[in-house]
Amino acid sequence: MSLDTVSMAQINPDMVQPFAELGLKPDEYARIKEILGRRPTSSELAMYSVMWSEHCSYKSSKVHLKQFGDKAVKSDALLVGIGENAGVVDVGQGYAVTFKIESHNHPSFIEPYQGAATGIGGIVRDILTMGARPIAVMDPLRFGPADAPDTKRVLPGIVAGVGGYGNCLGLPNIGGEVVFDESYLGNPLVNALCIGVMKHSDIKLAKAAGAGNLVVLYGAKTGGDGIGGVSVLASETFESKGPAKRPAVQVGDPFVEKVLIECSLEIFAEDLVVGIQDLGGAGLSCATSELASGGSGGMKVQLDKVPLRDPSLSPEEILMSESQERMCAIVEPSKIARFLEICEKWDVTVTVIGEVTDGSHLEITWNGQLIVDVPPRTVAHDGPVYTRPFAQPAYIEKAAQEILSLPIPSTKDEIKATVLQLAAAPNLADKSWITDQYDRYVQGNSIQTQPDDSGMVRIDEETHLGVAVATDANANWSYLNPYEGAKLALAEAARNIATAGAKPLAVTNCLNFGSPEDPGVMWQFAETVRGLADGCLEMGLPVTGGNVSFYNQTGSVAILPTPVIGVLGVIDDVRTRTPMSFDRAGLELYLLGETNDDLAGSEWAYMHNQRGGVAPLADLQREMRLIELLVAGRTKKIFAAAHDLSQGGLSATLTEMVLRHNTGASIQLNNVGMTLLSETPGRVVVAVEPDQVGALTEEAQSQKIALTKIGVTGGDALVINSASIPLTELRLAHTQTFPKLFG
Amino acid sequence: MKIGVVTFPGTLDDRDAARAVRRAGGEAVALWHNDADLHAVDAVILPGGFSYGDYLRCGAISRFSPVMEPIIKAAQGGMPLLGICNGFQVLAEAHLIPGALTRNHELHFLCKDQKLRIENTDTAWTSSYSPGQEIVIPLKNGEGAYMCDDQTLAVLEGEGRIVARYVGENPNGSRNLIAGITNERGNIVGLMPHPEHAIDSLTGPSADGLGFFTSVLKSLVTGSTK
Repeated sequence: MSLDTVSMAQINPDMVQPFAELGLKPDEYARIKEILGRRPTSSELAMYSVMWSEHCSYKSSKVHLKQFGDKAVKSDALLVGIGENAGVVDVGQGYAVTFKIESHNHPSFIEPYQGAATGIGGIVRDILTMGARPIAVMDPLRFGPADAPDTKRVLPGIVAGVGGYGNCLGLPNIGGEVVFDESYLGNPLVNALCIGVMKHSDIKLAKAAGAGNLVVLYGAKTGGDGIGGVSVLASETFESKGPAKRPAVQVGDPFVEKVLIECSLEIFAEDLVVGIQDLGGAGLSCATSELASGGSGGMKVQLDKVPLRDPSLSPEEILMSESQERMCAIVEPSKIARFLEICEKWDVTVTVIGEVTDGSHLEITWNGQLIVDVPPRTVAHDGPVYTRPFAQPAYIEKAAQEILSLPIPSTKDEIKATVLQLAAAPNLADKSWITDQYDRYVQGNSIQTQPDDSGMVRIDEETHLGVAVATDANANWSYLNPYEGAKLALAEAARNIATAGAKPLAVTNCLNFGSPEDPGVMWQFAETVRGLADGCLEMGLPVTGGNVSFYNQTGSVAILPTPVIGVLGVIDDVRTRTPMSFDRAGLELYLLGETNDDLAGSEWAYMHNQRGGVAPLADLQREMRLIELLVAGRTKKIFAAAHDLSQGGLSATLTEMVLRHNTGASIQLNNVGMTLLSETPGRVVVAVEPDQVGALTEEAQSQKIALTKIGVTGGDALVINSASIPLTELRLAHTQTFPKLFG
Repeated sequence: MKIGVVTFPGTLDDRDAARAVRRAGGEAVALWHNDADLHAVDAVILPGGFSYGDYLRCGAISRFSPVMEPIIKAAQGGMPLLGICNGFQVLAEAHLIPGALTRNHELHFLCKDQKLRIENTDTAWTSSYSPGQEIVIPLKNGEGAYMCDDQTLAVLEGEGRIVARYVGENPNGSRNLIAGITNERGNIVGLMPHPEHAIDSLTGPSADGLGFFTSVLKSLVTGSTK
């Protein structure tokens, strides 16, 4: 292919261009011509096509996502909000914490190991780009049925990829989720969360200010991997036929990224950059256009200077390449010598590829010939915006009218069998087979990791200040009622922070849905965003950023709406956290919160193949009072342990508590079957010393939270009314599922 | 007492090892792979991680780093040297101790709280423990199975050079449940599990690992390594 330049575009305005193959609609192509006043060059077309893809431009979701801004709470804690690489939150003592989730769903289906690995790599670079040292990762995952043949292919590869990359970066994996459901068969979800910490003064932004400043590319050389990954992979439904798309998945090298992290942190510490951007989806197209739009707009880049792994790459391919482990910095000329020196120390490839100008265009040349001449905002921010039609799908009414018909255990034998069955269910079983493949100790600051309710890391070794993060989504509830489902996921994540006694501070999200071109899916999405925005407003929590992943569907079947909500909390002294479980006999066990007949969307209903019914409604005022109670319980040293109730209800919570430190419990329940299985939100089991019962009662009364004594700790069995389940038997049921499935 | 902690490109547990040294009462000195100067340290730790991305073989490239020359020389002269995990692999590649570390028998990375029995308390790094003492510290690696030929194994067993052994089920396929070994002189120890992650039960499974670091400080004070 011969070089297509700006002058050729002017001379030859009617050349036929493959815009449709690059994923652009005819009206989008027309809009590009209108912006430029001519046809785009092939390089410009490449840039617009990747930047205007669903994945990069949020063109279908933007109109809904702006609610996060419209309904935003005034929060002093928010230092950097939505729009930058990641939001930044003030956690006190001069520290700022940044956290964000991103999806890498489609690549992980095609190439599980590399898809998941580069998912971790990408989110870590986002956090690094803010100026922060990455300190932990989490991985909310969704798979098809646990026993499906394709899950046996996808799950081990994804887990190995998350571990292979994260372990090599020296980042503790402090939690996540693993959920199985038919709708994820062919559409596994790999969401990756990273947390970073910095001092307030160290925050960096993606902006190219100051004419004469240099544009510096550093990190890995650019290769042919991931070309078109953004538009081809993230924005198209998988069909059963069609060409193999493997080459579009990026290949990662965590060693290069580890060195890049240390090199970057040393550069940041010496204050050598004006602005910085990582190269992720859409590669250099994204980094140059976003940096330029963050400044005055003017930038000149000599594309032929980009160091290449494959010298045969065309300029279009270089612009679109998603080769991993690359960063782009804006550096003042007076500081470039030191910048290059630090890169040399770390053996990091570094090249000055251009400079900031006082113009308003991004100009890219190839061996002296102008191949891109665009107003950068039109590429980075002024992409198309769609108000896609949406309508409540027919299944909603139908499902709400369904009457659930589920067996409710009542006899001794039935209770025992039910508890064992739930303990062994793939969605509730012990996940050590997965989490033992992740390093949870590196950096030496991990306070809580899986299977705790939240991940918690210490950020100051002297003051013991720490942060906790939890991610949650209940897709079964979101399926029945996406508005309430989003609020319930938010409440659950916040509660999971609070059980340890941390105070929720900020929210991030990763919204995984089917095709936005399906009005029913679009309705699920719109309702989810409305629910999350309303919920955050009510709870006073700012949304610091997020990610949308559409087109998670095979043919006409979409995944369950899966809004993964991440909540960050702060704890002033990690040594005082409330542990998830008890390690001694003689403690009294109480259930906080009322239990209703909430089986719709429950694990028990799922196990019996029943999807219908009416999902519970979120009562966020009550959730906030419960959180107050949980935080007060820690600071006043009332609790010996606290553990959230969610999927699998009280049965799952008790199983996890007694097995954690191999200390049994004797439980007495009224309406035993329903009480064990119901998933009424806003409930927590707490263990207290007998002399703290008075204090607990007082706190519960003042927060108007129902309090029910359910039993005492001790023994080597979980005894529920007349049913006695030896811990050895319960442990066997709980721990054998994953090794049996995945070996 | 100054304990050097080496950072190779891709080293991960250097800050943890330095923290453990300080917690034990020593002074941690950062050593850089490309600097062939030991900065007057009294002992050296090669920490865990994925130096050079485990390219070629784990530890194979780091072993040729400029800093390794003076370390090998000093260790051959009796300076205490501890290689943890990837550091153990570097020691093996440098032939400072016999044998090799190979892929875990289950073929994936494994992170768990591992029970060990301290078999030899006469080395520079284990004198704080009592013979046969059982401790729990994290094990986390992908290539931690200790392998050597039968003759070497017989020598190691015969001379009491097995420093620590896994208790219970073999976690990675190591011969004779070997978790750590020492050289003839007892100043060099290679250990697969991570004592630096177990200096405090707040962040680790126990504080059992601290003994490795207090041991070396003690041995430096008394001037004896055996």
